[in-house]
Amino acid sequence: MSMRHRRHAGAKVATGLVLTLFFLPVLWLILTSFRPNIEINTRPPVWLSRNLNFDSYLALLGFGVNPERFAFGENVPFGAYLRNSLVTALFATAFALVLGTLAAYAFSSFKFRGRNGLFLTLMLLRAIPGIALSLPLFFLFTRLGLTDTLLGLILAYTALNVPFTAWLMAGFIGEIPESLNDAALIDGCSKWTAFLRVELPLVGPGLAASGIFAFLTSWNEFAVASVISRTTAAKTFPVGLFDFTGEFVSDWRGMCAMSVLMLIPAVIFVLIVQRQLLRGLTLGAVKG
Amino acid sequence: MQANVIQPVRRRRLSSKVLEERRLPVLLLLPAAALMAFVVVFPMLYSLYLSFTNFTLVSQSSIRFVGLHNYQTLFRDPVFLAALWRTVLYITITVNLELVLGLLIANAMSHVMRGQGILRTILMMPMMFAPILVGFQFKWIFNDQVGLLNNLLFEVFRRPVIIPWLIHKPLGFITIVVAEIWMSTPFMVIIFLAGILSISPDIMDASEVDGATEWQKFFHVTLPSLSPFMYIALAVRSLDVAKAYDLVSIMTGGGPAHRTELIWTYVHRLAFTSQNFALGASMSYITVLIAVAFTLYLFQQLIKARKVRGL
Repeated sequence: MSMRHRRHAGAKVATGLVLTLFFLPVLWLILTSFRPNIEINTRPPVWLSRNLNFDSYLALLGFGVNPERFAFGENVPFGAYLRNSLVTALFATAFALVLGTLAAYAFSSFKFRGRNGLFLTLMLLRAIPGIALSLPLFFLFTRLGLTDTLLGLILAYTALNVPFTAWLMAGFIGEIPESLNDAALIDGCSKWTAFLRVELPLVGPGLAASGIFAFLTSWNEFAVASVISRTTAAKTFPVGLFDFTGEFVSDWRGMCAMSVLMLIPAVIFVLIVQRQLLRGLTLGAVKG
Repeated sequence: MQANVIQPVRRRRLSSKVLEERRLPVLLLLPAAALMAFVVVFPMLYSLYLSFTNFTLVSQSSIRFVGLHNYQTLFRDPVFLAALWRTVLYITITVNLELVLGLLIANAMSHVMRGQGILRTILMMPMMFAPILVGFQFKWIFNDQVGLLNNLLFEVFRRPVIIPWLIHKPLGFITIVVAEIWMSTPFMVIIFLAGILSISPDIMDASEVDGATEWQKFFHVTLPSLSPFMYIALAVRSLDVAKAYDLVSIMTGGGPAHRTELIWTYVHRLAFTSQNFALGASMSYITVLIAVAFTLYLFQQLIKARKVRGL
């Protein structure tokens, strides 16, 4: 028994060490957002700052700050980035959930020719690197007047998220016992009404899990956004981070502050649906 | 008599069911298929066409069909060949390390009984970071003048240590590997942890009664039960293998002197920096081929692993 205790103590120490390593960059990001730039760029390094303040956040959010103490923050259109990021991510997530769930229902509940091939094709379309898609998409969107518009980004991100949503949702729908569905069919429901009334209400957790994935993917996407968006009309947070980098000097703390603000919605959403997220990903593996 | 009355009705209902059975899946798939065709398939076909032309920013008025010329140019380009090889190496190293680290960390974490939820939340933080943000973050950690790492070394040796992490030849590659591992390992851990927790405690107890050591348990019980979880994690990972582009483009931009050039940063260099659209398009097709091959292989393995478990 004592052997076992010792072994598990070792596991605990290892866990602690590894988690510290993984958490350090997060901590560093948060800390840096409160430190004056002069401390960040100095040597010998200042580890324990006595000058922690909210200047970078105040500047980003549009409150006046002593200009001597600040670099670019006040000129960064934070509000526009927030609007663009939220609108594109939320609409793309909603559309991806609708289109993906419909497709998932087809894959999980019907037998038709080319089903497996179609599913795999969908996954392979998802695997196409954003950087490879961005060039032809730019030409297409320029023709259609969709460059630098939120609609363009929403279309692109919906397409980016449909395959993975379909994959996750097919797992969730497939998990519903067939007897439930059969009962509805015997009661005279058509397959479609049975889906709406019986199956859809049961896959709420699946929608939550797929939704968070779609949201995170859209919220954090860079390769396509950097090519398609040019101005504050469509630039999202990931593209906006470049506002803090100059040719000779970078406002590192300002960038950290915007990064922290950008992380907040992601963290909240993930915390809420953590359990469903895990279940969605491991469905089919657990079921033996 | 009664049967005669009922039969025609039943047949009619059956045929409408059959019709629904045939028509409904098409209707269900149509919206997704239409969107994918418009946003992904059509542009990629256009890109395929471009890759056989001489389309550049300057040649816009006189686009000619040049056959395989662009692909020939690429395969004669030493920078491309080096980037291709480096990318294969990069994917192999990062994915394998992430897999092994993921298994080890998940195994260690599964022994921690109290506060596992909080630990898992902490570990999930990197999953919420935009890859571009990971790039900026590690660029500053590895900064030679004021980076976190060199600052720590300064404290250890009590004198300025200026190691050019991002610039030096093998170090530059190592830094982008480290950043990728930080970004993607937590996802593996989360999946494997769920897998380990789903192993029936009876099996573990039985192996303990049989006198199995901790390592024996890991190799003979945990690992085999985890195989479907491993393939799920790898399949999801394969879909996003090009996410490393964001991170590398920030940290090193593929430089200096192409030392950390990967196929994805090379696409950007050719298509957007040099504005050689045709060459960029052929280059991007090579990235597509690699991603497709990688994904196809892993999904096949996933299906195999599921069949073995009778799913």
